[in-house]
Amino acid sequence: MNLLRLFNGRKATAPVARERLQILLAHERGLRGQPDLLATLREEILAVVSRHIQLDPDKVIVRLDRGPTVSTLEVDIEVPNNFEQTKVHADRRLGALVPP
Amino acid sequence: MAKVLVVTSGKGGVGKTTSTAALGAALAQNGESVVVVDFDVGLRNLDLVMGAERRVVFDLINVVQGVAKLQQALIRDKRLENLWLLPASQTRDKDALTDEGIGRIIGELRTRFDWVLCDSPAGIERGAMLAMRYADEAVIVTNPEVSSVRDSDRIIGMLDSKTVKAERGERVTKHVLITRYDPARAARGEMLSIQDILEILATPLLGIIPESQDVLRASNVGSPVTLNNAASAPARAYTDAARRLMGETVDMIVPAERRGLMNRLLGRRAA
Repeated sequence: MNLLRLFNGRKATAPVARERLQILLAHERGLRGQPDLLATLREEILAVVSRHIQLDPDKVIVRLDRGPTVSTLEVDIEVPNNFEQTKVHADRRLGALVPP
Repeated sequence: MAKVLVVTSGKGGVGKTTSTAALGAALAQNGESVVVVDFDVGLRNLDLVMGAERRVVFDLINVVQGVAKLQQALIRDKRLENLWLLPASQTRDKDALTDEGIGRIIGELRTRFDWVLCDSPAGIERGAMLAMRYADEAVIVTNPEVSSVRDSDRIIGMLDSKTVKAERGERVTKHVLITRYDPARAARGEMLSIQDILEILATPLLGIIPESQDVLRASNVGSPVTLNNAASAPARAYTDAARRLMGETVDMIVPAERRGLMNRLLGRRAA
């Protein structure tokens, strides 16, 4: 087979195809396994922050940017201006359970 | 116990309709009662490949909408009495197919036939989803070519998550059917080998259909390739695949073209 290749001067391209597919599919299968990663993150971040600050659920934005070397996870949460007071009210309601 | 089998691929033009017709006819030739169902609404072609295009009166959407009864829409094959066709509609209204409607019809077909072969449209949209929705088994038609293998992988993922069986925590039995295979090119390293494809897709092999002029000859005259020229290489490969679907163990070989004397003397390649 190799001799044949030497004579007709063409390179075998199938190994290239196989390698490209293996790399691509490994990546795509990874994405497929967690299609709702962002939705899950958003939900859980919202739940945690809501424990302390009253939030409008629509004002929580979670974005994932994939770069060639580094990817960034951007979390943008808009809070009301008087959110400290809201928290104080909440602390009072909880009373002794929350340390000062 | 009836089996519902979807013939699917993701990518278009790889041979889903050819394979549905050929496998359906081969199963029928083996004495099974078979219905082939065209899910490609708006772009039906199974009727043409089966040679029944002039006999279509009612279609799948008519049955889903209750305009016609199932037995009015079913077309019996002229060559094999236990082979039937349920054609797709030529109207563009794909939304006429509903999950419940298809479920009801598949349920009814299950009671009447041994095999229900669903010819999926290309893509991953509604039509393709509905074609695989109620399947017990799947034949994933794949060409030895990067885009086809990638799309097959995607479809395998959907078979494992979007079907009724998957939602019940069961598994759709999946088979890869490699079509348009050229053993000589694969040996020269110019084409993905069978082993390459199976390793990548991690799914068992149902059969290898060699690239052949007989496939076009058969569709030209509206006959499944297994009926048109049973001795041809693709017909033998499809017949072997059909026997494997029936649970038989058949050696996996790539049938070769039988070359005539003149071709041999002139050194012409058969395919």
